[in-house]
Amino acid sequence: MKFTRREILTAFLSSPLALSACQNPTPQFPKGEIINTSQELGHKIRDGLKLEPALDNWKNIKIVIVGGGIAGLSAAWRLKKLGFEDFILIELEKTPGGTARSGESKLVSYPWGAHYVPAPMKENVALLELFNEMGILEGEDNQGQPIVAEQYLCRDPEERLFFRGRWYEGLYLYAGASEKDLAEFKAFQKEIDRWVEWQDSKGRRAFTIPMAKVSDDVEVTDLDKISMSTWLKRYNWTSPRLRWLVDYSCRDDYGSSIETTSAWAGIFYFASRMAKPGATAQPLITWPEGNGRLANYLYSQVKDKVRLGLAALEINPIKELEVEITTFDQNTSQAFGFRAEQVIFAAPHFLTNYIIRPYRDNPPKHVEAFQYGAWMVANLFLRDRPSQIRASYPLCWDNVFYESKSLGYVVATHQRGLDYGATIFTYYYPITELDVNVARKKLLSTDWQGWADVALTDISQAHPDIYTLTEQIDIMRWGHAMVRPHPDFIWNKSRFEAAKPFRNIHFAHADLSGVALFEEAFYQGVRVAEEILTSRNLKFKSII
Amino acid sequence: MIRTSIIFLNVLIIATCGLVYELLAGTLASYVLGDSVTQFSLIIGIYLSAMGVGAWLSGFIEKDLAQKFIEIEIAVAILGGFSAPILFLSFARLSYFHIILYLVVFLIGVLVGLELPLLMRILKDQLDFKDLVSRVLTIDYIGALVASLMFPLFLVPKLGLVRTSLVFGLLNVGIGFWATWTLEPLIKKGLTLLRIKAIIVAILLLIGLIGANKITSLAEDNLFADDIIYSRTSSYQRIVVTKSRAGFQLFLNGNLQFSSADEYRYHEALVHPAMVLFGKPKKVLVLGGGDGLGLREILKSKDVESVTLVDLDPAMTQLAANFPMLVELNDKSISDPRVKVINQDAMIWLEDITEKFDVVIIDFPDPNTFALGKLYSTRFYRLLRKSLNEGGTVAVQCTSPLFARTSYWCIVRTIEAAGFSVKPYQTAVPAFGVWGFALAKVGDFEIPKQAPKNLRFLNDETLVSLFTLSADTSAVAVEINRLDNQILVRYYESEWRRYQ
Ligand SMILES: Cc1cc2nc3c(=O)[nH]c(=O)nc-3n(C[C@H](O)[C@H](O)[C@H](O)COP(=O)(O)OP(=O)(O)OC[C@H]3O[C@@H](n4cnc5c(N)ncnc54)[C@H](O)[C@@H]3O)c2cc1C
Repeated sequence: MKFTRREILTAFLSSPLALSACQNPTPQFPKGEIINTSQELGHKIRDGLKLEPALDNWKNIKIVIVGGGIAGLSAAWRLKKLGFEDFILIELEKTPGGTARSGESKLVSYPWGAHYVPAPMKENVALLELFNEMGILEGEDNQGQPIVAEQYLCRDPEERLFFRGRWYEGLYLYAGASEKDLAEFKAFQKEIDRWVEWQDSKGRRAFTIPMAKVSDDVEVTDLDKISMSTWLKRYNWTSPRLRWLVDYSCRDDYGSSIETTSAWAGIFYFASRMAKPGATAQPLITWPEGNGRLANYLYSQVKDKVRLGLAALEINPIKELEVEITTFDQNTSQAFGFRAEQVIFAAPHFLTNYIIRPYRDNPPKHVEAFQYGAWMVANLFLRDRPSQIRASYPLCWDNVFYESKSLGYVVATHQRGLDYGATIFTYYYPITELDVNVARKKLLSTDWQGWADVALTDISQAHPDIYTLTEQIDIMRWGHAMVRPHPDFIWNKSRFEAAKPFRNIHFAHADLSGVALFEEAFYQGVRVAEEILTSRNLKFKSII
Repeated sequence: MIRTSIIFLNVLIIATCGLVYELLAGTLASYVLGDSVTQFSLIIGIYLSAMGVGAWLSGFIEKDLAQKFIEIEIAVAILGGFSAPILFLSFARLSYFHIILYLVVFLIGVLVGLELPLLMRILKDQLDFKDLVSRVLTIDYIGALVASLMFPLFLVPKLGLVRTSLVFGLLNVGIGFWATWTLEPLIKKGLTLLRIKAIIVAILLLIGLIGANKITSLAEDNLFADDIIYSRTSSYQRIVVTKSRAGFQLFLNGNLQFSSADEYRYHEALVHPAMVLFGKPKKVLVLGGGDGLGLREILKSKDVESVTLVDLDPAMTQLAANFPMLVELNDKSISDPRVKVINQDAMIWLEDITEKFDVVIIDFPDPNTFALGKLYSTRFYRLLRKSLNEGGTVAVQCTSPLFARTSYWCIVRTIEAAGFSVKPYQTAVPAFGVWGFALAKVGDFEIPKQAPKNLRFLNDETLVSLFTLSADTSAVAVEINRLDNQILVRYYESEWRRYQ
């Protein structure tokens, strides 16, 4: 079924905008493409693609890591650092990084997915080790908190908000806020502060990163039973600006709306990033290519162990200390097999039901609990910057539209310090629809032209010259972009079940944390590497 | 019978236009080539003698007088009308600007010189010879008076040079067009063709007038106290040069960068303390400073073997290399064989180099945007430290410690935070007021005491006195400017806003 321009713009933007866009002649479109992923192969795997590797295509190896996203790469990094070398990492795509991957152009690199990490606090020892190794940190301050080198912190000006023809500094819309708006915003911040300060009897914080270290006290975990929207209602907070900010935060971090995000996750977004009450949120660390920098670094450290374009088709634990992994090599179109003692499953968790043989035969209940949002990411290559609106806040790293369902755009040249001329905008659109299957269908049934139109029309509200400035627009459709922390997921026992090893298959993926963050993917990877080495009776000093 | 009174109106306008073109050329010449007495007398001389040539040439025209007269008028209109825009646009691009200038003046002179004799011959059958001569010449001289009064009082201040030229071209062609009716009985053939030519020229001039905004907008003409003699919007900024009695001025995005009358005070103070502090620097780096004026001071030292100048904007360094007034002022510094020019963002350039320098002179515009603010951050100064030789010294222009005291001290403290010892210093530059700098080096140091010989501003006593700060510019508490807070841009904005 083919949708009209008007229908597409109405579905993803708003009907007045669609109407006015369609009254004008259809604009000239720049060139561009949908970034090819291995979606088709993925569907075939789901439909039970079975290939039998030739007898001499089998190999014995101690550990196979399935998935070269942050979790898989981190596990490999940890294994290698502890001197364990007998493993291989297989990654379906021809580029590593998963949802943290990035692209390159002559001008600057740019993200395709994840684009920032809040500065870690001293408790996150494992992450500090990685960041120190990468030269991101420069010692610690007098409270022992790590100091991030200036050039990696998001450069000021960081964020601006577009509202009715003008840009304003920051993400809370102060302009025109009433007394009541401001009072509610203040009360909200106070409530967040209360959670920042909150500690249980064991001295654990209510919200911290990695989330494995949070308190499981019912006072906190009860928050997971309701939605963020319900939570706001409890306090009678009705200010549209506050609601917008909270909804934006949920969409930005989780790709779900204020109604479909658990209050626990909603508060986590704010409270886990503050060192102490009243402190400003931890500054953001970013690079032109976003978290692609981290993915590429990890990859560079374990490159000799990684096989790209190799998809796991089936994982079959046949006996104790023996798992058979059949794979399909996209480069040679051949099947290969591995006999491993242990497997680290670092692909998205929903795939376990298709790939792990016993799961396929007898799907465990907990896998269903994992639901994924759908995202569209567009990279727009501009020959020059949009003209500056007078008396408006200037171009920032993150540029958000108050009246749009998108998340706005991030500017890749910002952190590089390229302040004039050509640039790349990365535009994010999470489909927050309640039913994830409907959301995915909307994502995939809209073609390049449709998505390019959505991105350009949306951005043109603030930058009418975007059509003539854009030379190319490439589109990424993330069908299973990230797990959604809907109510009753984070503290539901399914998530804990899922993280337990199944025979000699160990699980590592940000999914298992319930919140899709770099830090969580990294933590899961390191945790599983250590879990496996412990099971092999190796002695080492844990960093988690 | 033709109506002579209308013909005399023609004479008046021809005379006015002719003189306006001459004045325009004279003004432009003295703006760009400097030395206004010589330029004005040269232009007047060329113009008058060209008129003589025209008068002489008129003797060769035998027939179709009326038609020829109108054709000449159209030619004057197009040449005179476009004279200022053409000269304006060739300022910075052509090194043989003066040849174009004199050629244009000469051609206009010839054409204008042709007009009156022809007109007098056309009218000779309508009037007595004595009346004819007396009236035509009277009106001619009145026209000259009108022009010379209107030019300084109304035209240049209200319209600017470019528009004045185009408007008078239009007037010229308008009167020619009209003459196709008044002289109709005398025109034997090609009347329609004449009218078409006139209309085409008028349209061209009108387009020019609309396009004049591209060169300088009316609003911008009014913004600057003095006449704009060069302007260009590069990919990075708006560059404007204005001319006043005291010399010429350079503006970037409307902010004064220097005035030729007193820039030596600024540039001597910026450059020499760091040079003297190092001793005998061989490798010098200039960041910003695309005008080549700081460079001029550096090149005065014979020890200097190479200078690298990094300025973002090629339009700026090209101007410094080609714009005659600026080339004279910077003493051809940009073209010196010791100098290497790099057009790149200084911060990105610093990130990528491994080269080291003895002295670094930093002459960026004031931190009034985030793009400039980053060039005053701890990160920037740390990068700089990495590019200094042992004992290397740095001088930084730091805005005014009087008008923007917090900003000034913020820059000083930021340089310190990057691991330098800093001696703040200042000087008075009439065009700016009190101006501030920072002299920096890794490790403790004493202020330099001996100025180089033969400078216009600095001698040993003034050099030392630069380092005493008055009470109203003394240190205030500030935050450090970092890439992730850009506090300096915020300080700067709030401080300068008070003066706007
Ligand atoms: C648009 C977007 C924006 C985001 N923004 C941020 C952000 O700003 N900050 C942040 O912290 N987080 C962000 N995230 C989330 C972040 O990207 C993830 O939490 C994190 O990178 C996940 O890493 P992972 O290794 O757990 O999973 P993934 O990235 O999903 O990696 C899994 C890997 O497994 C591979 N795989 C799948 N099937 C197979 C198979 N059969 N065989 C072999 N390999 C297979 C996949 O190709 C993939 O490379 C964002 C995510 C998206 C989609």
